Amino acid sequence: MPPWLVSLATIAFANALVVLGLLILWRTGLVPFGQALFYAIGAYVVALIGRFTPVRDVFLVVLAGAACAGVVAYLIGFLLARYREIFFAMLSLAMSMTLYGVLVKTEALGSTDGFHVEAGTFFGARPQGQALNLAMFWLVLGFCAVSALGVTLFFGTVAGRLAAPARDNEIRLEFLGVSVDRLIHLELVIAGTLAGVGGALAALVVAHVDPSMAYWTTSGGFVFVTILAGAGSVAGAFVGSFVFELVRSVAVDVLPDTWQMTLGIALLLTILFLPEGLSSLFRRLRRAPEAKA
Amino acid sequence: MTAVLSVRDLGMTFGSIVAARDITLDVPGRQTVGIIGANGAGKTTFINMITGHLRPTSGTIRFEDRDITGRPSRAITRLGVSRSFQVAQIFPSLTVFENICTAAAVAARHGRGGSILARFDRPDTHADAAATMELFGIARYRGARAATLPQGVRKLLDIAMAVAGSPRLLLLDEPTSGVSIEEKFAVMETVMSALRSRQLTVLFVEHDMEIVARFADRVLAFYDGTVIADGVPTQALEDPRVQSLISGAAGGRSHA
Repeated sequence: MPPWLVSLATIAFANALVVLGLLILWRTGLVPFGQALFYAIGAYVVALIGRFTPVRDVFLVVLAGAACAGVVAYLIGFLLARYREIFFAMLSLAMSMTLYGVLVKTEALGSTDGFHVEAGTFFGARPQGQALNLAMFWLVLGFCAVSALGVTLFFGTVAGRLAAPARDNEIRLEFLGVSVDRLIHLELVIAGTLAGVGGALAALVVAHVDPSMAYWTTSGGFVFVTILAGAGSVAGAFVGSFVFELVRSVAVDVLPDTWQMTLGIALLLTILFLPEGLSSLFRRLRRAPEAKA
Repeated sequence: MTAVLSVRDLGMTFGSIVAARDITLDVPGRQTVGIIGANGAGKTTFINMITGHLRPTSGTIRFEDRDITGRPSRAITRLGVSRSFQVAQIFPSLTVFENICTAAAVAARHGRGGSILARFDRPDTHADAAATMELFGIARYRGARAATLPQGVRKLLDIAMAVAGSPRLLLLDEPTSGVSIEEKFAVMETVMSALRSRQLTVLFVEHDMEIVARFADRVLAFYDGTVIADGVPTQALEDPRVQSLISGAAGGRSHA
């Protein structure tokens, strides 16, 4: 693979983990506009460990970032899980913007500039240059594989299959003995942890963190990819994220002044022609040969 | 023999409005109780208090000798009290089979030490769901999306989901409302024969006096938030106060 493609795929798949978490919430009818909160927490935890401790092992620092994001998701889940629809979206947005505000005002963490992230070690080894890029690529791919498997298994559990019923009719679920708030709380913790992994990996890949990782446009980007991907499948999150990064970097290259418009048009076309996202395209292609047979 | 449901001095006020007052009664096991009364008499309030949808302002409710007064509805459901609704509460975007599977899978989680992270699709839950569909005569709608079902089938699906958790006390809020007059008896016949095989204690709210007389072992007549008559159908429906306050209006419609 050419180096540019490796870099593009690495960051795309790291971000896909955030989208994977959003899929879980989206199936329940929830769209958080502040998922960048957990993304930034994962990233800053990795950066802070690099700055203040001698720990460099990539697995340890990524897991630490994920754990911190998961704990924060658990704590704010007690409040957030009680809200639905636009109230849920706005409260989640408010929380991520609070972190953004704190990061911007903290001079010790570089304010708006952020700061450098120390390169990680892989089982004690310190790869450099393209070897580091490849090592990061495989690391991200490994976390993606484990997460994709985990989420696929989750979708087969009772909790995973209660998403559509919870979106349809909460009263019926409550009178079957299910607490919808607790179900959403569980989903928040899973989604938050996944976003933390994504952010931690992104920090290592980019070797830099700054407050824009918590900004609402970052959250909006994840929602954008979720719509592009569609809630249909786990694979959709990865394909959607890859297509998004590809379209964005091509657009920036070819139309540096109007790349946002290009992205906007791409999303518009997706919503118009593939309302269930890119993953519905695979299903259609798979069905088409059967129909002919 | 102890009562399955035991209610003492139950009352409910919304500000200055008294929705229920001084309700005291016992329901022994396997009894089928019809609840009658005009609109606003407190029938649904009574059911909402037992199932935890409303917290009574006074009195106690005991289910199988356990105090359930004011507990959350899902906790009461887990103890073995289930309900259906006047407007069928179903999952419209799911198929009939998926609706019942959801109820069966959730129920399996509560019993047998199951977990919310157990697999959803299991042979025993599928078998349970298939049996429940057969029991309620809705097996031929198996693959139909619930949103597309006719009204009578929706009501049956709602009740079937309530029964999927193997409750010991079942409350049906107007099981035949919204069902055409010609279908009412058939729907009620299906429900009651399905329930009989489960040996449940049933309370059902009903406006049609003929249905009450036919299916209930006992009648509770509500008026102005309290019970004004309580007895076997022939006796309760003949009560002069019931005649003038309840069946006078509702009965006239059903005999028309």
